[in-house]
Amino acid sequence: MAHVPAPRLRGTLRATAGALAGHKGRVLVTIVAIALGVALGYAVQLVNRVAVNEFGQAVQTLSGTADLAMRGPRGGFDEHLFGEIARLPEVAAASPIVEVEARIPGRDDALRVLGLDVFRAGLIQPGLVPEAAESLDTLRDDTIFLNAAAMDWLGARTGDLVPMQVGTQVIRLRVAGSVPAEGHAQPLAVMDIAGAQWRLARIGRLTRIEVRARPGADVAALERRVAAMLPPGVAVERPAAAIESTLRLSRAYRVNLNVLALVALFTGGLLVFSTQALTVVRRRPYLALLRVLGVTRGGLVGLLLVEASAIGAIGALAGLLGGYGLAQLVLEIVGPDLGSGFFRGLAARATFEAAPAALFFALGVATALFGSLAAASEAARTEPAQALRAGDEERAFGRLAPTAPGIGFIALGALLTAAPPVRGLPIFGYVAIACLLVGTILLIAHIARAAFRRMPVGRNPPARLAVLQLRGAPGQATVSLAAIVASVSLLVSMAIMVASFRQSLDAWLEHVLPADLYVRAGRTGDTAFLPPDVQQAIAALPGVRRVEFLRSERLLLDPERPQIVLLARAIDATTAPLRLPLVRSADLPAGGAPPAWVSEIAADVYGLAVGQEIVLPIAGRRVRFRVAGVWRDYARQQGAVVIERALYAELTGDRDANDAAIYLEPHASPDAVIRALRARIPGAAELETALPSEIRRRSLKIFDRTFAVTYALEAAALAIGLMSLSSSFGALVLARRREFGVLRHLGLTRTQVGAMLATEGAIVSALGLAVGTALGWVISLILIHVVNRQSFHWSMDLHVPWTSLAAFTATMLALASLTALVSGRQAMGAGVLRAVKEDW
Amino acid sequence: MLRIRALAKRYEGPRPRTVLAGIDFDLAAGEYVAVMGESGIGKSTLLNLIAGLDRPDAGSIELEGRDLARLDDDALTVLRRARMGFVFQAFHILPYLSVAENVALPLVLLGAAAGEGRARVDAMLSEVGLNGRAASRPSELSGGELQRVAIARALVHRPALVLADEPTGNLDPDSAAQVLALLRDAVKGNNGAAILVTHSRAAAATADRVYTLTAAGLRAGGARD
Ligand SMILES: Nc1ncnc2c1ncn2[C@@H]1O[C@H](COP(=O)(O)OP(=O)(O)OP(=O)(O)O)[C@@H](O)[C@H]1O
Ligand SMILES: [Mg+2]
Repeated sequence: MAHVPAPRLRGTLRATAGALAGHKGRVLVTIVAIALGVALGYAVQLVNRVAVNEFGQAVQTLSGTADLAMRGPRGGFDEHLFGEIARLPEVAAASPIVEVEARIPGRDDALRVLGLDVFRAGLIQPGLVPEAAESLDTLRDDTIFLNAAAMDWLGARTGDLVPMQVGTQVIRLRVAGSVPAEGHAQPLAVMDIAGAQWRLARIGRLTRIEVRARPGADVAALERRVAAMLPPGVAVERPAAAIESTLRLSRAYRVNLNVLALVALFTGGLLVFSTQALTVVRRRPYLALLRVLGVTRGGLVGLLLVEASAIGAIGALAGLLGGYGLAQLVLEIVGPDLGSGFFRGLAARATFEAAPAALFFALGVATALFGSLAAASEAARTEPAQALRAGDEERAFGRLAPTAPGIGFIALGALLTAAPPVRGLPIFGYVAIACLLVGTILLIAHIARAAFRRMPVGRNPPARLAVLQLRGAPGQATVSLAAIVASVSLLVSMAIMVASFRQSLDAWLEHVLPADLYVRAGRTGDTAFLPPDVQQAIAALPGVRRVEFLRSERLLLDPERPQIVLLARAIDATTAPLRLPLVRSADLPAGGAPPAWVSEIAADVYGLAVGQEIVLPIAGRRVRFRVAGVWRDYARQQGAVVIERALYAELTGDRDANDAAIYLEPHASPDAVIRALRARIPGAAELETALPSEIRRRSLKIFDRTFAVTYALEAAALAIGLMSLSSSFGALVLARRREFGVLRHLGLTRTQVGAMLATEGAIVSALGLAVGTALGWVISLILIHVVNRQSFHWSMDLHVPWTSLAAFTATMLALASLTALVSGRQAMGAGVLRAVKEDW
Repeated sequence: MLRIRALAKRYEGPRPRTVLAGIDFDLAAGEYVAVMGESGIGKSTLLNLIAGLDRPDAGSIELEGRDLARLDDDALTVLRRARMGFVFQAFHILPYLSVAENVALPLVLLGAAAGEGRARVDAMLSEVGLNGRAASRPSELSGGELQRVAIARALVHRPALVLADEPTGNLDPDSAAQVLALLRDAVKGNNGAAILVTHSRAAAATADRVYTLTAAGLRAGGARD
């Protein structure tokens, strides 16, 4: 018997590669899709990384070599505490700090000013010791030292005067030199602590104490000892914990962006699936021939997987490069906080790191591999004799989508929506969405078959043929359907979620801005305030009917978390529903603890329910309140609690205010009141006035800017979806050239063939849009009630943007039919008649 | 019914090549002829020209008194749809339609009423001996059976002219003989004309007359060898 050499893998690889070359366009589209997904994911990762690193470094600079740090409310705590701490025997050095966000007139951002005891700071935070030409300048009360970023930002040089708003007055401090503050990329100013306390209205207060323990001392024991000495609302912690607690605030946002980027990669994977399914099905007789010639099943699977990983690797490499460039671009244009406002003022460059790059490369290749797994194993399972027969493709498509796992995935997804968050992240919510998506895609073949079977067969020949073709070969359509359903559902769900959010935000703004005019001491920073005399002057302005003042402060309730916002305002049980967008409330028994209204975020994070008691550390005392209601708040991510201002003033003696809500006389004009304000009130030039409509417009603008990144990621997913649609359609049309040739022989005109294809395209995409929109609606419910609730603790009301969805659907329908038509045109060239001569 | 004068066809391109030149040919209604000729001589090209699927470079083709050169693509298509039937060497039965749907295709294109169409399809299927297989899928049929479906499809709308390009090229001798007999009976039963292109002398023998296509033209009589 003659020895038949088994075909070498290399030779067959070259042969399959040759066969792939016939699908150049589609392979290219697949590579682009993978690259896009990897690029987005990697870019988001890089940018987040920069933000976190920068932030960590900044904290490092501020804390220096401290072992422990004490911090409390924003307004600070009594400076006597410092003496007691510094005297402890285990303490080697202690550095008192008063930190203030100073409002700079005419600027949108505040300047962070640290008041330091220069000699003590030198022992713990050497990076913060000023470099002064005149050494006495470091002790003066009217000098300030800026880091390079601050010099830059203010456009100031040594010797210049920097204006700052304190109360309603403006003071000027002389720049007497610089401060190195390596690692602190945001603007920073340093001055003498006594000067800061006096000039910036913080007399007798400290906001932080940094402590270094004696060598050999038990830091944990010292921490416990210090903790016992602290007044309510002041906590001791390791400096690293401070980084943690602040980063926790933005973590959900960062994770959400990462997930969105992964969604783009996922749609890329679907595109791989559709491309590989089509090329494998199309190459079926050829692959069967390889089997006949002696390639084993395993060999065939290996072959196809090698092919897929090559595609994945090329795409992933391109994606890494693109992602790096994109990250750089985003950092330059938007900044590292991606528009979220979490890390304002950071500026930095992305740095290459091997681990995340390797991770995203692997993700890209894995996506390609998974995408082609189904098609490859199908090709290997088929008996060669069967595959060589005409009409067998349909059987292949049928096997690509099993039923039971599809239903299983959907059931699992439904169950997972009830699962709680994992470390504050909606992990199961995301998994539920993925399950629903995968389940629906697995079931799409059955849905398609059922839908096509119910479709009426018209008399018009092209339409009739289109329906007959879809009925007879629903499998071919499912590949396109999967692509449409995935991208449409993700897009629709995001659109519904964003619309719901925007609508809810709008309604919320309407509710929280009931007054006719708002006056603010300063939008940013905590040095600006309205002293009592200014408050009285505002109330006495002509045309003003009533003014409600608001004082805000920040309290430390839990050292693991950022400070909560305390809002003291004119409010009581009867006015609360009018002033606050309450989601839950209760009538409290009279004579008990005073009422407090907590925001949804605060209720979630601190586990507070209506009627429950809450202890707030106010003015160094533990004051009991009872939760009278929970209100919706989109503005303060760290949580907020509202109490009566009269009570606050009584507890603290602080009668200043930050904002004023002015209600006008019936016929008074806001402009006239603003003019009167400017004319009669000293320091009014620095006050900010705004009409509720302006605030609303500005807030919605910020909202839209924040979601710009989301829109970009969404658009990418849609682009991939459309690419995948046109690629799968193109492949199908190419595969059906002989069929068109026969139909032309039988007397179908060119136009009729075109009409047939457009009808098929329209039917398939209409079905895809219908299923995708329905699925998108379900996913939007998960996004709103699970993902957003668990990530951000925001509740919102469902709002379906019907008009834009309808416009989107119509556009997609037209695009899909057009795609089908164009693919048809290409395939209908002169070759179509000759194609009849080719074998099936 | 078919009149061809001084027909010539040349393929342009990087390697231009004259395939047909000086072809004269007449076919009367109801006539069943075979065309033989060596491979690559232009038989299929001739059928394509007659079917209006391709345009000649010179000469004229008249079908039932109408000059094909005067008709545009759509008109040619409509003419083909109504007056011609095709049988291919590779069958070309659409895989996603059932046997009956395949046979009904020409009627669908002509807009026949459903009831009338159903009866005609059933009659055609029993004529080719496939009455039990109407609902079958093409992938469940043998080559000979597929070609019988093709014959039913070619004749279901009673065309005046059937063009068959090597219809038995893919079949074993027994099936081939069966299919040829069926084709002849069906065409004759319909009073139609047919041109059967074949390499097989036995197949050609089932025709009324035999022509041979050579470089010099189309002449009556079987191939010489
Ligand atoms: N589109 C084309 N472009 C260039 N040359 C072509 C084209 N189509 C056919 N030919 C050439 O024209 C000649 C005639 O082709 P045709 O298919 O008509 O031959 P045939 O007689 O049917 O042969 P066979 O018996 O092998 O089917 C062949 O030499 C072929 O190579
Ligand atoms: Mg031929």
